Amino acid sequence: MKLSEIKELLQCEVLAGEDDLSVDIQQVVASDGMSEILAFAKSRELMITGLTNIQSIRTADVAGVSAVIYCRGKRPDKKVIDFAKQKQIPVLVTPMVMFDICGILFNRGLKGVS
Amino acid sequence: MTAMELLRECYEIQGKNFDKAGEVSGEIKVVLRDLGIDAAHLRRLVIVAFEAEMNVVMYAQRGTMTLIVTEEDINLETTDEGPGIPDIELALQEGYSTASDEMREMGFGFGMGLPNMKKNSDEFRIESNVGKGTSVFSKIRLPAHE
Repeated sequence: MKLSEIKELLQCEVLAGEDDLSVDIQQVVASDGMSEILAFAKSRELMITGLTNIQSIRTADVAGVSAVIYCRGKRPDKKVIDFAKQKQIPVLVTPMVMFDICGILFNRGLKGVS
Repeated sequence: MTAMELLRECYEIQGKNFDKAGEVSGEIKVVLRDLGIDAAHLRRLVIVAFEAEMNVVMYAQRGTMTLIVTEEDINLETTDEGPGIPDIELALQEGYSTASDEMREMGFGFGMGLPNMKKNSDEFRIESNVGKGTSVFSKIRLPAHE
């Protein structure tokens, strides 16, 4: 599924990488624990988290995920968004909670990583 | 005969500085990519480096990270001046954590860091003196030498 479709499904606002929404997403990794993301992501997943500090983007970069969606409408600081732009990682924010996001994406055929 | 050393770099890590936490790992990623290390091995090493760096930032006053790349392997040694680990076997169990709420708010301290580092290493060793500090050694063998 294209990131642009996920953006519509989850009613996201794009904070970084507006021009990179054509990326294809097959798998999702969702956690507020960065070590969980690092342990399970195999690269190119969509990362969903409620953690909006700079470490979320560092983790996304190290794990090699394709995009980050912040849940519950939580917005990162400008310096976090700037860092994501520098790393060329698209960043979106949705008002939905983690449970609903995962349910919606799972129903559309996306799978988690284990 | 020991393998030819291609690169040796030493980095300082500031304890308790959460804003800078991860910068050293970011630098290491760039250095290894410039050396031509393939994506899979680079990723494993950077995960080890990032987890190690976060541990130093969270627990220690300061630390150093030494990266040595040879023709055969990548070696990362992280040494800190911190509280030390009383029971290393216990610390290596997934889910075991001594993290504070503040650390968890940073997204770390869920008992996955050391197991992640071990999992991504071909050789992994921890030496610790309680009250003095901890050294974590990780080796990742490069293709053709695995």
